[in-house]
Amino acid sequence: MTPTRRTSPLRRTALAASAVVLTTALAACGSASGSPDADAAGYAAPDADLAASITYGVWDQNQVPAIEENIAAFNEVYPDIDVTVNVTPFAEYWTKLQTQASSETLPDLFWMNGPNIGLYASNGMLEPITGAVEAGDIDPANYPQALVDLYTVDGVSYGVPKDFDTIGIWVNTALVEQAGVELPEDGWTWDEFQETAADISEALADDGVYGAAGGMDGQTTYYNTIFQAGGTVVDDGASGYASPEAQAGLQFWTDLIASGGSPSIQQLTDTTADQWFTSGKLAMYWGGSWFRSALTDSDLAEDVTVLPLPSGEEQATVIHGVANVVSATSKEKQAAQALQVFLAGQEAQQQQGDSGAVIPAFEGTQSSFTASMPDADLQVFLDAVEYSRPLPVSLNSAEWNALETELLPQAFSGERPVADVATDLAEQMDAALAEE
Amino acid sequence: MTTSQTAPPAPTRTGSAGRGGPAPSRGPRPESTLWPWLFVAPLVAGIAVFYLWPIVQTAGYSFTETGPFGGSTFAGVDNYVALFQDPELYLSLGNTLLYTVIVLLGIPIAVGLASLLNLPGLRFAAVYRVLFFLPYVAMPTAVAMVWRVIFNGDFGILNRALAVVGIEGPYWISTPGAATVAVAVVGLWSSLGFSMIVLAAGLKSIPPELYEAAELDGATRWRQFRAITVPLLTPSIFFVLIITVIASFQVFDLLYAILGSSNPVLPRSMSLVYFFYREGFVANDKGYAAAIAMVIFLLIGLLTALQFRLQRRWVHSD
Repeated sequence: MTPTRRTSPLRRTALAASAVVLTTALAACGSASGSPDADAAGYAAPDADLAASITYGVWDQNQVPAIEENIAAFNEVYPDIDVTVNVTPFAEYWTKLQTQASSETLPDLFWMNGPNIGLYASNGMLEPITGAVEAGDIDPANYPQALVDLYTVDGVSYGVPKDFDTIGIWVNTALVEQAGVELPEDGWTWDEFQETAADISEALADDGVYGAAGGMDGQTTYYNTIFQAGGTVVDDGASGYASPEAQAGLQFWTDLIASGGSPSIQQLTDTTADQWFTSGKLAMYWGGSWFRSALTDSDLAEDVTVLPLPSGEEQATVIHGVANVVSATSKEKQAAQALQVFLAGQEAQQQQGDSGAVIPAFEGTQSSFTASMPDADLQVFLDAVEYSRPLPVSLNSAEWNALETELLPQAFSGERPVADVATDLAEQMDAALAEE
Repeated sequence: MTTSQTAPPAPTRTGSAGRGGPAPSRGPRPESTLWPWLFVAPLVAGIAVFYLWPIVQTAGYSFTETGPFGGSTFAGVDNYVALFQDPELYLSLGNTLLYTVIVLLGIPIAVGLASLLNLPGLRFAAVYRVLFFLPYVAMPTAVAMVWRVIFNGDFGILNRALAVVGIEGPYWISTPGAATVAVAVVGLWSSLGFSMIVLAAGLKSIPPELYEAAELDGATRWRQFRAITVPLLTPSIFFVLIITVIASFQVFDLLYAILGSSNPVLPRSMSLVYFFYREGFVANDKGYAAAIAMVIFLLIGLLTALQFRLQRRWVHSD
């Protein structure tokens, strides 16, 4: 066999292989432009005999049983609307949704979250709920105001929350007892929290136990302290990180790590805070109400209680929740809106609450959540709604979220001064926001 | 040794089928050139629709500003101008090169291992071969999950083992520099199986008479390895080299899954394809991402062409 014969097919294989990965990734990006249609007048509740077949896109398999109950109840009103539930794991949900949006094949009704609402709403991918609100079929007053605001973009509302979560401190009472530290009866300050964390770390150092865990994620940690210090993350299209208040909120976590009250940033990268907590190596974990489902069946469940976040200049917690939104390009818009309205109603929300997977958003349907772990004082998460602030988002949140993940750890680890990092972040974030 | 043994992917065979196949043809050569094309038509159509057309489209997008949901406007060479001024391009290129160099160290290892497994009279050779090949067929994310645990700074088995001999291991996946090396080591480990299989096939095709003759002349095993095995294996080594470089330049899944998307070290350890992903799917700047994809594509093409140039100097041909 001659060398020329050998190399020729080889070259083809090589070039073909090099093309494969690169192009398949981009192949997903079709070329379709959104057709903004903010005309709300089209809304009308359908007749009971409307026959249609619609899809409902969600990402959480745990909630499917409750959703199926919802749909069964919905079908009692609209027996001829056939609903197919499509579950896509969260990790792929947004990539898939973006592809579907580009090719105008979005599910008729689907879950939306705070960081993405701006992107989809401003590109005309979503149908407003204005019509349903005007017709009195949805009353925004029934839901936490912060979340109604979250799903309002440029004064137009696209959905109401189906559930919500707030942040609290999950406490391993056995470790606290072992450390011989007193927990506050009713609220506490930043200083008291810092002291408690450092004391626990010191008392239990031989067991490798830490008092608390610092700043790897905005929603559960530093967004809260920034709000508590009176700062903002993003306000009116500009970054809030340059302000002294926001920097005080960041300093909280730098101090916590420096005092030994928390594992280092590297330790928290290798082993996440929730893993430290569920392994019994962390006494106080800043976590969302959603963390309950990870605890109920664990060995820890009996030794867990919840405390409110400490107060800085003010009391604050981040609130977030998922909303059902209707695709602007849906071919069965009337049926999709009927389901959207039904899911927002008290009956469906009560069903959601009774299943225990989430805290339903409709005022007065939340009692099942607190009853699911009676010893843990889950009421803290509900009380927090009163002083809650919506998760900070913009039209393309993911871009500056990536900047936060990249830069803030340098401040928390003490590698660079907080003010330097925050100024840097504010600058880069403003540049990203300017492009939105 | 024949090409069909060393080059497993199907397109190679279809490529040579149109040219009349390998030399010792058993049947009559096809008279018409139409028939072979008819048989490969489905494959060609697939490649055209799913690979060639997207390449053309990507090239097109790279000259546009394309939003998150499509809708593009022509932007000339703006993306390329911005890209070549972007320090992150050079950062990710540097990381990719470091990764590639480390993974390439696996080739000599694979040559050694394949030769050892080819020793006459070795028992359970098939078992070893399966063991070495398993990492290659395992899902990258599953592999990554396991290594993530192994590399864990506080509780990982690697640092525990190092502690036994008195070495304090770093936080492998959360220290800049160490993270790239850690990922590359996993890349090396998981590519070993594929290289070995290709090389083992090459070894099988070396005529045993050569070794017998060498033995009669009193050559040692080591001498035989250097004077017969390695030179006659160079075509297989060349193939493995090409494939490994291409695969290394496209590293994404291992990096992403081992380090984790919220790892603060990731932006400093990112590869070219991660850079592409981040611009295209996180920052939603798809035109810019297309430009990055084209740069990666051309880089790989150049590197591959260069290797074909250089192969005449070291690849043995009979």
